[in-house]
Amino acid sequence: MEQKFPIKKVSLICAKGSIEDVYATLILGNGAVMEGLEANLFFTFFGMDAITKNRMDKLHTGVVGNPALRLPGGMRMPTLLGIIPGMEAFTSWMMKGQMEKLDIPPVSEFLDLITAGGGKIYACKTAVDMFKLKKEDLSDHVSRILTVGEFYELAGGEGSQIIFT
Amino acid sequence: MAQKTYAGVTVDVNEEGYFTNPSQWTKEIAVEIAKEEGIILTGQHFAIMEFLRNRFNGGEALSIRSINHSGVIDVKTFYQLFSGAPLKKATKIAGIPKPASCV
Repeated sequence: MEQKFPIKKVSLICAKGSIEDVYATLILGNGAVMEGLEANLFFTFFGMDAITKNRMDKLHTGVVGNPALRLPGGMRMPTLLGIIPGMEAFTSWMMKGQMEKLDIPPVSEFLDLITAGGGKIYACKTAVDMFKLKKEDLSDHVSRILTVGEFYELAGGEGSQIIFT
Repeated sequence: MAQKTYAGVTVDVNEEGYFTNPSQWTKEIAVEIAKEEGIILTGQHFAIMEFLRNRFNGGEALSIRSINHSGVIDVKTFYQLFSGAPLKKATKIAGIPKPASCV
C-alpha cells in the first residue's frame, strides 16, 4: 500500500533487560532493516544487558509480578511458584525454545543480522557510567556511546519515529 | 487475479506482483522482474533464489536468519544483492509468495 508519509527511519529505545523487552526492540529493529528502513537501536539502563558481551545470550524473563505469565495449558502462573529456585531459568529456557522454533535467533546472532543490514546499535552514556561498563564489555556491533542529545540528533529527519519499547 | 507478461509469458500474480503459481516461473522471467526492481541478476542472485525456492517448495518458512545458514551467501551480501527490502525483493523475483514472517 502506498503511504503519503511513509516511515523512513525508526529509532528504538530499549531500557529493560528481560527477554520480552529486548526482543521487542530487536524484532522491530530487524523488521525495519528488512523493509529497507533506517534503524537505530539505543540501549540504556537494564537494556544494556542486551549489548553486554557476557550477558546478552543469558537474558531471563521475570516470573514474579508478571500476571500475563501462563503455565503450559493456559492456567495463570501463581506468583508463589515464581519464587521456586530455577523457575525463572526454566521459564526463560522455554521462551527461548519457542522463539528458536520460529527462527528467532539468540541476541548475539540477532545483532549480527541487524548490523549486516545496516542497522545501528548505540549504548547510552549515562548507563555505561552508572554500571561502570567499558567499551570492550559491549558487543563489537555497538558503534557509539551516545548522550541523550546525540541520540535525538541522529533520530531526526522526515519520516522518522522514536519508539520506546 | 491479476496477470503480468514477462519475457513473452503471461503469469498469475497478486495485487503486489508476487506469483500465485510459482511453477510458472523461469530464469528468463526472473531477469525481467529484476529489471523492474532495478537489479541486474548474477550467478549469486540465482544461487540464493534457488535456495529460497527450494525452501519454499519444502514448506519451510523463509526468514532472514535462514539466509545466513544457507551456505550460499551471508546476510550482508544478501542485503547488497537485493538492496532495500531484500527478502521481499528476492522472493518476488524468485516467483514465490511474500514471506509472512516477522523475522
